[in-house]
Amino acid sequence: MTSIAETRPIAWRIGTVREIIAETTRVRTLVLDVPGWPGHRAGQHVDVRLTAEDGYQTERSYSIASPPEDPRISLTIERLAEGEVSSYLVDELHEGDTLELRGPIGGHFVWSVRDGGPLMLVGGGSGIVPLMAMLRHRANAPDDVRRATPARLLYSSRSWREVIYRDELARLADADDSLRVIHTLTREPPPNWTGYVRRIDRAMLAEVTWPSSAHPQIYVCGGTPLVETAAESLVSLDYEPTSIRTERFGPTGESV
Amino acid sequence: MTSPISRGFRGRRPNAGAAARLPPGQYETHDFPVLSAGPTPHTPLAKWSFTLGARGAPSVTWSWDEFAALPHETITRDIHCVTKWSKLDTVWTGVSVDTIIAAGAERGLTPAPYVVAVCDGGYTTNLPLADVTGGKAWIAVGYDDKPLHPEHGGPARLLVPHLYFWKSAKWVRELHFRDHDEPGFWEALGYHMRGDPWKEQRYTGDA
Repeated sequence: MTSIAETRPIAWRIGTVREIIAETTRVRTLVLDVPGWPGHRAGQHVDVRLTAEDGYQTERSYSIASPPEDPRISLTIERLAEGEVSSYLVDELHEGDTLELRGPIGGHFVWSVRDGGPLMLVGGGSGIVPLMAMLRHRANAPDDVRRATPARLLYSSRSWREVIYRDELARLADADDSLRVIHTLTREPPPNWTGYVRRIDRAMLAEVTWPSSAHPQIYVCGGTPLVETAAESLVSLDYEPTSIRTERFGPTGESV
Repeated sequence: MTSPISRGFRGRRPNAGAAARLPPGQYETHDFPVLSAGPTPHTPLAKWSFTLGARGAPSVTWSWDEFAALPHETITRDIHCVTKWSKLDTVWTGVSVDTIIAAGAERGLTPAPYVVAVCDGGYTTNLPLADVTGGKAWIAVGYDDKPLHPEHGGPARLLVPHLYFWKSAKWVRELHFRDHDEPGFWEALGYHMRGDPWKEQRYTGDA
């Protein structure tokens, strides 16, 4: 039964943009101060509401990129073709501007070090964002806790320059032998690239994922084709369907 | 609280016809986005069945062929997803929940004030009986004159277009009468118990 305390509405709050980080040519991160922010879990998202001068409003959902331990909230936004809201957030918003949002939202696609591991993350394009919150959260855990929850990320991008958080992912993996980051590039591998050069498929998942007997907790986030392929492949590889959590975005979802 | 003006935001207005059909906070899409919490189940039709049940009474079950023999309707409705997209004039075929409940009544199943839908994959959602009766809800098996694609809930999904679309549970297999409103999957994770898009009932605690 739901108690009164739990039925308070999720309040709209006014965030202020404190920093903007260019991640790729189409992606940037907004770092926001949000007074009164109640805290969140890695994997959750916020609703953002924009209001034009004549009162017209529209809303979208964006995953939170920052870990629960950060006092500020980071949103990493990809500019979509004809994206009414994403083009504003990526091209127009400045440091010092305000942004109305409410959250955190979502209680299924979430992970905490308390949930244990192994942690298998599968992402495509900007689907990395909620997975990055999980990796950042895990990186903040004490060494022994982190080593007890090994993690792997299989991350599909179109090209090396479109890999979001590329340097940070390399730093995290270099500093942590219980974390492996595996990239696949679907369109333009750089010269001397020795990694995967195709879309995520069943054979790739079989190579990089722990055996099903290790009972990894699996999180898959990306466009619909990637999520469908990955989730179905994992089921066919004998992973428990209930251990596979998915989050999809994008209308028909451009494949990466 | 009055929303602050988003400096420099002009927005792309829907045309007047679409604007009147879009609930607050929604935008129109012409695609058909896919959303679900886990892998897509693939139940073969030979193993598929649909069950109407109640506590303390024998349930009524239809095989795929028996279900296909029930009267089907074509339904054209706007649908609204809590993730903000709306899609106008979607065309479905399916069996009215009124038809199912009437068939259950003939076999001794008495309706109760609430229902819970149970799906392949373990997903559930709760609804007041009043939201699934009176020509407001269907078990849909077709979309755009074709069998319903598994990604979109095939072989059969609940269709309750006047509520946010998570209530239109994909891969539905059972409908059970309940005396009390018990939260389903998303409702237990912070989503609204009823989910009326025109009242913007997205999350627990929304009006």
